[in-house]
Amino acid sequence: MCGIVGLLLKNPQLRPRLGELMVPMMIGMTERGPDSAGLAVFTQPVGGSSYKLSLYAGENDVDWDAFLATLTAAIPGLHGLRRAANHSVLTTSAAPEVVEAWIETHATDLTVLSIGKSIDLYKDIGAPAEVARRYDFAALQGTHLVGHTRMATESAVTPAHAHPFTAGHDFCLVHNGSLSNPNLVRRKLEPLGIEFETDNDTEAACRYFEWRLREGDDLQTAVRRGFEELDGFYTFLMGTDSELALVRDAFACKPAIVAETDDYVAVASEFRSLAHLPGVRNAKLFEPRPQEVYSWRI
Amino acid sequence: MAHLTSKEFDLSVTTLRDVNQYLHRQMAADGVTAVTILNPDGAHSLACGMNASAQIEIQGHVGYYVAGMNKHANVTVNGNAGPGAAENMMSGLVRVRGFASTSAAASARGGCMVIEGDAALRCGISLKGADIVVGGDVGSFSGFMAQAGRMVICGDAGDALGDSLYEAVIYVRGKVKSLGADAQYEEMTDADRASVAELLGIAGFKHHPAEFRRIASARKLYHWNADANQEY
Repeated sequence: MCGIVGLLLKNPQLRPRLGELMVPMMIGMTERGPDSAGLAVFTQPVGGSSYKLSLYAGENDVDWDAFLATLTAAIPGLHGLRRAANHSVLTTSAAPEVVEAWIETHATDLTVLSIGKSIDLYKDIGAPAEVARRYDFAALQGTHLVGHTRMATESAVTPAHAHPFTAGHDFCLVHNGSLSNPNLVRRKLEPLGIEFETDNDTEAACRYFEWRLREGDDLQTAVRRGFEELDGFYTFLMGTDSELALVRDAFACKPAIVAETDDYVAVASEFRSLAHLPGVRNAKLFEPRPQEVYSWRI
Repeated sequence: MAHLTSKEFDLSVTTLRDVNQYLHRQMAADGVTAVTILNPDGAHSLACGMNASAQIEIQGHVGYYVAGMNKHANVTVNGNAGPGAAENMMSGLVRVRGFASTSAAASARGGCMVIEGDAALRCGISLKGADIVVGGDVGSFSGFMAQAGRMVICGDAGDALGDSLYEAVIYVRGKVKSLGADAQYEEMTDADRASVAELLGIAGFKHHPAEFRRIASARKLYHWNADANQEY
């Protein structure tokens, strides 16, 4: 069991309150996912050729100033860090793949959680309220976000196994359910040069969809292909820099409910995570139908 | 002093457990026959396990298992219901004015469930004798392995309606995407039309019984047929 939350703010005036509106949604999903929590927030894109990398230090005692100084000495360009507990968001004018490769070899106590122009990613083990407090989720601003609370059923409880999973640039996915053929998907993708970081079933789905998008599929087409390729139970919520997309498998065992108003689209596994939202009493409420792809753009 | 026969709870003030314990242990002793519950905000298992005659009005949306195992009570959800509404109901009436999520009235043995909006997948799965009336559409696998009872669907049905039916009977007014294994259309008799009229009357829906088709078991799955070549 797991909990899914998503929020896309259509009304620009609400965007400074994205985190504040979301935190009760995430805490509302604590019983569905008490062991880990995480979210990807999509902000205004960084300008020019800059990119952002979300970094995770875990239990490691990282000297972030020293890390930044060493990085600046090694890779020409402008680099900046915004810290939040054991996470940091690195903004860089250098090529993100070069920075990522450098971190993998020279800053081995850090993990790159996401790369993109809009995405910031935070995930960790712990109860949702505790994780939200640790990274001050309530202060997050942006256009939309994808969040998750995890009750592990098929792989370990570690920060790396927490959701969201990311692949490529500005793409993330959260999952309530379980896949029965993640290893088959993985064996199909690895020969194409797609690297996996965990044994988690959701990572296979995330990398599968990102691969299809990179191959030129739009989200609808990619998800339709997924109906054939991904076997198991799922409600998936995906985020890109401009879009949220939601889909449930044919059996729809894993719940989801959507509330839409003129101001926002909110997605959750259950209504109790939506009950606090402003104007929800007059929102259009519906359960997504199985094998239908729902998407909303900012 | 006038004897109070109604009581109101606000779930933003009183805990779910306190409300359910009142309904189970105190309500009948107090002579209360009408209870209104405000701000359910998606709570689970609300008015679950009722075992007394009372009118329970819930003002808002509820989560899983509302009125599960209901006996005697008349529970109305003035909103939408999460999965497993009225699951294993024994008697009484459960009405959802909005939509109901998956597995509504699953395994219900008696009483009647009315869903004024749509019902999601597996409505009436393993039905064991209760009646269900759905004002809107039902999702796939509704009536799966339903053993006894009646289901009236005023809208459309998804895939595999009535798959592996036993002796429950389904009446459907709209389109059926597909019938499940061993489910078949049958002639409507006067008794069927009377059943549909009776259930539409309870629900308060204005359709005419003649608009409904009857679906029941072909009973070919009752005995294993080794020569069926995996056709089911």
